[in-house]
Amino acid sequence: MRVNGVEHPAAPDSRRLLSDHLRHDLGLTGTHVGCEHGVCGCCTVLLDGQPIRSCLMLAVQAEGHEITTVEGLTRDGAPLHPVQQAFHECHALQCGFCTPGFVMSVVGLLAEHPSPTAAEIDEGISGNLCRCTGYASIRRAVRRAAELTASPGGREGQRPA
Amino acid sequence: MLGSLEEAKVLAGGQSLLPLLNFRLARPQHLVDLNRVTGLDRIYERDGGVAVQALVRQSEVEDSEVVARACPLLGAATRLVAHRVIRNRGTVCGSLAHADPAAELPAVLLALGGAVTVRSARGERTVQAADLFAGVFETSLAPDELVVEAWFPASPKPFAIVEESRRHGDFALAGAVRAGDRLALFGVAPTPVLADPADPTRGLRPSGDLEASPDFRLHLVRILVERALAA
Repeated sequence: MRVNGVEHPAAPDSRRLLSDHLRHDLGLTGTHVGCEHGVCGCCTVLLDGQPIRSCLMLAVQAEGHEITTVEGLTRDGAPLHPVQQAFHECHALQCGFCTPGFVMSVVGLLAEHPSPTAAEIDEGISGNLCRCTGYASIRRAVRRAAELTASPGGREGQRPA
Repeated sequence: MLGSLEEAKVLAGGQSLLPLLNFRLARPQHLVDLNRVTGLDRIYERDGGVAVQALVRQSEVEDSEVVARACPLLGAATRLVAHRVIRNRGTVCGSLAHADPAAELPAVLLALGGAVTVRSARGERTVQAADLFAGVFETSLAPDELVVEAWFPASPKPFAIVEESRRHGDFALAGAVRAGDRLALFGVAPTPVLADPADPTRGLRPSGDLEASPDFRLHLVRILVERALAA
């Protein structure tokens, strides 16, 4: 399986969840594990570009597929991915535990809806739970991420109301 | 292969089976993963309805023009299943085979009078929705049988699917599907059930839990059916 563009050998155990494989075998601990039954959304990663729950998939099932984790959105030293930049600007996180899952869900959301409506934003983030910041700033961040994606670097420093 | 293994479970989308495995609520001896099987990924029209094969994801059904044209009720119901990220993996046939009494898609199949095609080494047969759901998480299928396709008749007008849940994307406390003059309820019995639109709670004895008492579920049925009939 390819993870963030790098080919990796198969998981050592066919029972291993993709989330555990990413964290324990590959050391990609940016993918968080919250509920392990698909409710909290913390473990969301991209499978061939589509957001999925990595705790609801066995690692062996990802053989032959491309996985993108939060570590794969940008390179060390490079500017943040527009969705990461938007979360940073809008302060869309507090403790940060849910953030990688939100970011990956929003990457998937914006791929399907580049200029999401308020309803599409709510639907797009409804599968992710945040227990500290609240959702107002996360919604703002999604709108900001859409702006940044549409015109990278544009309207620098301006924050949506 | 299913016929040769003891205690085997079929794995397709995994969005219901994997949580059961993670919690050790299910401990099958073998998992048979369908995902690399070819020729099970089509949505197509046949016999005045729409056929959905075993590896079709719920999100594909949601976005399908064929479904929007031939069976918009199925599209509407799919959008009520969990969240988009779950629907990117979860399958329609898997939801039917899992037979959760609170799930939307089994009730839609029942309301429409649809059927599933099941295959085993012994051959292929068609099981009508009315004969498929046997109990809580239980179907009438044999352990070696695989649902390869679900067939949903074109949705008659008017149609509606309404439900009440505690949180967006949760399983419904109660729900109602209207397909023309047929009505099916979910979340209020061990299986989805057909009901009389004039007296929808007759014979119903829903269970109670932390989220809803039996009486509250009956109340919801009355309100939801009223809304479905107003569609």
